[in-house]
Amino acid sequence: MMHGFDVVWEHSDRLLWGVLNTIALSIVGAVLAVVFGALVAILLMSPNRLLRLSVQGLVDLMRCVPFLMLVYLVYYGLPHLGIDFDNWTAGLAALALYNTAYMAEILRGIWSGLPRETFEAATAFGYHGPRLYTRIVFPQVFLAAGPMLGNQLIQIIKDTAFLTIIAVPELTQAASGIQAQYFVPFAAFIAAILIYWALCAIVEGGVALIEKVAEARR
Amino acid sequence: MAKKPAETSETVLDIRGLTKSFGSNLVLDGVSLTVAKGRTVCVLGPSGSGKSTLLRCVNWLEKPDQGAVYLSGRRIGMREGGSIPMSSSELARERARIGMVFQHFNLWPHLTVIQNLAEAPIHVQKRNRDEVMAEAAALLDRVGLAAKKDDFPSRLSGGQKQRVGIARALAMKPELLLFDEPTSALDPELVGEVVAVMKTLAESGSTMLVVTHEMGFARETADEVVLMDGGRIVESGEPSAFFKKPKTERARQFLQRYVS
Repeated sequence: MMHGFDVVWEHSDRLLWGVLNTIALSIVGAVLAVVFGALVAILLMSPNRLLRLSVQGLVDLMRCVPFLMLVYLVYYGLPHLGIDFDNWTAGLAALALYNTAYMAEILRGIWSGLPRETFEAATAFGYHGPRLYTRIVFPQVFLAAGPMLGNQLIQIIKDTAFLTIIAVPELTQAASGIQAQYFVPFAAFIAAILIYWALCAIVEGGVALIEKVAEARR
Repeated sequence: MAKKPAETSETVLDIRGLTKSFGSNLVLDGVSLTVAKGRTVCVLGPSGSGKSTLLRCVNWLEKPDQGAVYLSGRRIGMREGGSIPMSSSELARERARIGMVFQHFNLWPHLTVIQNLAEAPIHVQKRNRDEVMAEAAALLDRVGLAAKKDDFPSRLSGGQKQRVGIARALAMKPELLLFDEPTSALDPELVGEVVAVMKTLAESGSTMLVVTHEMGFARETADEVVLMDGGRIVESGEPSAFFKKPKTERARQFLQRYVS
């Protein structure tokens, strides 16, 4: 068995390359999901009932689609509509789109749980439109959202593993390639799992940091 | 004692015939009121009499059904001519001319005390950051909270929060200050420090419309008191006359209940 880990270590450059792709996909995917999720959350909080309900319908639909199905749809389906991504971009698009729905729902939930009075005070002081959101609403939403954002970020990291199905060269793909070639499944997958664990630990550290900032304001 | 402000006829706030209903409940029933520059007008009345709604209609946090609000001669909420409502950015610009102090303070919890003061002057009024910060520090000094400038609001007592709330409104250099029951959420022993700040403001010539249950403040500091009941103004006058010799039966009943 120890031989297996030696083999994996010899090919650690492939794992490293996989990790870098996983990290890049997770970070870009998460940033896109948070930004678009915040914009969708504004629509979900709209006083316009029709707008609110139709956006809510789309968000609910997206959350009910299995992620794998969405990846297939983006990679195999969209080219039929003339939208042709390479593997990496298709994977990123699916990741960002899928998690935008979750982020929007998380942010909406936190937002609607915050007291409205400080938003009203901002209105009385002349805030309106984008500045009300960027200066007053979302700083409070994100401070309260730390743990839930962390959970979703971990979900995003794990979702990247599905992208092996469309041959995105991420961590799971790399581990899978090494085990298939050298027949060391246990060592290869354990190595990958430990790396996923380390990535999640970094996320947890980030959440702890946000919580510290938030705690000072509670 | 009631101050005697400079004899001025310059009207800052002119409220004309406001009506407002929530559903079938008529909350304001044709209220008219003016506040001249440098004067303090206190609005008294039992809860449910419409006084907070009146205040919230001044800066259009509530949209009045009928009537008009003028600030230094400029109509609030409606464009010139009075038939087309202002856009949200036009309305926001008008609101920034009016300072407001809230019953529950409504400070921004993610910002420190001094950031609460500087936030809107920098980001709404687009004033110079260094100047704003210097003025904010001076204002905190004036309300006795210079030492708290880098604390977050959650660390303050209610009285301190409200003094920050007042300083935050002043930082906008408003033409008019609205106070919505500023001491009603405070423990009794904390009311005094807030009232003291409001008194010095009134005496230094701020133009103030104050909804309050604080009869002492109204009697000693107001230039005029207005009693509301059932969405109407039932009596108004100088505080000395109002508190000693109310003209209406309704005012007598109110004073009996609220002034011990």
